[in-house]
Amino acid sequence: MVTSASKPLLVVEDLGVGIRTARGTFQAIEEVGFALDEGEVLGLVGESGCGKSITALAIMGLLPQPVARITGGHVWFDGTDLAALSNEQMRHVRGDRLGMIFQEPMTSLNPVYRVGDQLVEALREHRPLGRGEAWREAVAMLDMVGIPAARDRASTYPHELSGGMRQRVMIAMALICRPRLLIADEPTTALDVSTQAQILDLLLSLKRELGMAIMMITHDLGVVAEVADRVAVMYAGRIVETADVFELFRSPRHPYTDALLRSIPRLDSDLDRLVAIEGTVASPLARPSGCSFRDRCPRARSRCADAVPPLDPLAPGHRARCFFPVEPGARAVEPA
Amino acid sequence: MGIYVLKRLLGAIPTLVIASLLVFAFIHLIPGDPASVMLGDMAEAEEIEALRRELGLDRPIWEQYLVWVSHVAQGDLGTSVYFQEPVLRVIGEGAETSAFLALFTMILVIAIGIPAGIVAASFHGTHVDQTLSGLTMLFASIPTFWLGLYLIFTVAVSLDLLPTSGFPSVLESGELSNLRYLILPAITLSAPNSALVIRLVRAGMLDVMREDYVRTARAKGIAEHAVILRHVFRNALIGVVATLGFTFVGLVSEAVVTETVFALPGIGRLVVQSILRRDYPVIQGIILVIILFYIVVNLVVDIVTTYLDPRVKLQ
Amino acid sequence: MSAVLEFLAPFATRKVAAFGLAFLVVVLVAALLAPWIVPYDPQQIDAIARLSPPNAAHWFGTDHAGRDLFSRVIYGARMALLTGAGVVVIALVFGVLLGTLSAYFPTLGMVLMRVVDVLMGIPALLLALALVVILGKGLFNSMIAVGAIYITTTARITYGLTRKITAETYIEAVTSLGAGHWRIIRRHVLPNLVSPLMVQATFIFAFAQLSAASLDFLGLGLPPDVPSWGNMIAETRRYITRAPGLLMFPGAAIILTVFSLNLVGDVLRDRLDPRFKDDLAKW
Repeated sequence: MVTSASKPLLVVEDLGVGIRTARGTFQAIEEVGFALDEGEVLGLVGESGCGKSITALAIMGLLPQPVARITGGHVWFDGTDLAALSNEQMRHVRGDRLGMIFQEPMTSLNPVYRVGDQLVEALREHRPLGRGEAWREAVAMLDMVGIPAARDRASTYPHELSGGMRQRVMIAMALICRPRLLIADEPTTALDVSTQAQILDLLLSLKRELGMAIMMITHDLGVVAEVADRVAVMYAGRIVETADVFELFRSPRHPYTDALLRSIPRLDSDLDRLVAIEGTVASPLARPSGCSFRDRCPRARSRCADAVPPLDPLAPGHRARCFFPVEPGARAVEPA
Repeated sequence: MGIYVLKRLLGAIPTLVIASLLVFAFIHLIPGDPASVMLGDMAEAEEIEALRRELGLDRPIWEQYLVWVSHVAQGDLGTSVYFQEPVLRVIGEGAETSAFLALFTMILVIAIGIPAGIVAASFHGTHVDQTLSGLTMLFASIPTFWLGLYLIFTVAVSLDLLPTSGFPSVLESGELSNLRYLILPAITLSAPNSALVIRLVRAGMLDVMREDYVRTARAKGIAEHAVILRHVFRNALIGVVATLGFTFVGLVSEAVVTETVFALPGIGRLVVQSILRRDYPVIQGIILVIILFYIVVNLVVDIVTTYLDPRVKLQ
Repeated sequence: MSAVLEFLAPFATRKVAAFGLAFLVVVLVAALLAPWIVPYDPQQIDAIARLSPPNAAHWFGTDHAGRDLFSRVIYGARMALLTGAGVVVIALVFGVLLGTLSAYFPTLGMVLMRVVDVLMGIPALLLALALVVILGKGLFNSMIAVGAIYITTTARITYGLTRKITAETYIEAVTSLGAGHWRIIRRHVLPNLVSPLMVQATFIFAFAQLSAASLDFLGLGLPPDVPSWGNMIAETRRYITRAPGLLMFPGAAIILTVFSLNLVGDVLRDRLDPRFKDDLAKW
């Protein structure tokens, strides 16, 4: 439960990232802003290509440099603007106070080093520990993430482990220095359903145990409903809605969020066909003027083409980027 | 590990069989009857006939093949027409020169090629990379024989710094300074090979850089140079070893020309001379030896790869 | 016309490669128009003017027999073009044949590819020399000897690609609709081979120059008086100090031609090989 006295750990302000391609430069994300409190789980939701991964990489300073760069904005983390740091300064934060895990556990671990060694490398980069001590820490961490026979497992190579195991190793590696914030980019998408549930449970229990915040990036609203305290919805490179998770499911204000929730099929409904959102996401090189969702929005009017709507607060803790937001309480969906 | 080596050796048998068939076919594809070829133009008909019977050339071909294989297995590769000595001995005499040259060249290739390849990959997309790639391509376009002559002309003749031909034995004389005869040839031979190694190291590194685990390493806060060496290069090394093995075997090819230009008494020059002298047993012998060499190098590369890549199952 | 423009487009941004292409055009023109543009008969001996340095009468100077070097270098372009084209044709025709057949008849294919592997293990020049021993010297035999080196690589590439293509499910679909082997090869396999083979051809053409010149240099390729660049360099060994031009001009010709071919081949490969396109899907 998040109290109103919680301190903001991460404040992203007006963040923009530009990408250079053979066909021209475009803004992958624009005016992205949200806040994350200590110990909170923020769900960053959106479909593929909406810019959520780029936002995460920008925060971590992992944008592939020549091709993509931060074009503006701030990333306030514990009093420092990460966006203004050099790579050398940033790498002392990465892996230490800020951790990240990725989507593809099968390919995210170096195949030629033992699992334990890779954890030790992460630890000794930021802490002055000897080999033996670091190895013991690594084993303890593997144990904490639920890997059985951790001491033996630490001497194995990644290819000897299953996908779920590898993801646990990734988590152990990201958390070994006890970061304040863990960014999880679709950590369960590549796993089967039962492993998914296990990993999510693991993340929540680690959050409690280590007192850290999590930024959970996903396109799966089910995951959001399960783990998030607050949600930020992204579309076409912008944040279009932020709210408390219950509030979002009960009363979405942005037409996109509303449409997303409507498209989730329910066992107890009487539908002949599945509901889908009309149209497709515009290519980043050819976004419509004004609100990028207007081509697919049933509520669009001429004003929507004139300017990009600002992300305005519509209720305490609830903002939406729309000139004609959906009426409050219009939904009847309860989150799980 | 022993089982692995055994398995690989067994796997090499079909290759050996094919190789032996190819070499045997080569002998019989050479125009002219082997006996008259061996005896030369001046031989009498009876002499040729006698040699034919002696060599078993009147037996069916499959029998000839088996006889030949059994000889080879015992180390008898025939007799050189020109030297009137066992082929193996003739080849052996050229071995010292060629081996030193190959070693020298590989040292240069590794010392130049690998760092340059790593640098090119690290500065991928920048002017450094483009310039390096351009230079590499240029060096790959220079014919070895031209480079040898050019070096002789500039370094040896004009500046008179290094010897330009011949190679007095090191092993016999114990004179290490004789190795300086191999400096120019090694430089000549290393130019196109370094170019190839640079390209392949660079390509291998770039492939690895795209892998997810490199991103993970950066996410851990590892310094860039450590990422390049410990994560990228260490994985690219697997492919690099294969490249080096392949380069080592290929040296023989270019060595033919280099040894000719620098008048080095090695196996390469022996090939050319034997062709001009129609000393076919020697040519066959060299081809066979080269193929065997290729098989051995392959085996070594495989074994080294199992040490480098834990994913390769030893079973 | 648009195809030509599309081909030339990537050269607009790559200046060096553009120069390479221009140089190749020059070589091509020189080769084709040789008999009409040379100031002297390349075989014309002039004992008085032996080994003269570049001057007004002889732009590149003369060789040890007093023959005009410039004319010989121009004729050398002819030989280079001829040899290169011959090698490429031989390599592609037999390589593709071997590759597709091996892919289509799996058991035979496995054996053939093993043989190819062994042949590829023999260093290139050595293989060519072995063939020269069997076939003899001369232009055609040179082409076959050098071509054989590249038949193996082409066969391997074709084999791999054909197997990949025929394993695609759309081939299954087409086969179940009654398409015969030849039809499949003609309509589905060959068109997909064109791009990679074009790239291959460019590089084969480039390295064939080096192999052929090496054969010439060793005296095992073209007959000695034929004005090929390799021959010219071979002839001048004894005279380098007195007339460095004898080494430099034909040498520059070979180097620049091979370099240009490599540059152009690189550009072609970047355009045609989809593996090298930027992977934006990662985002």
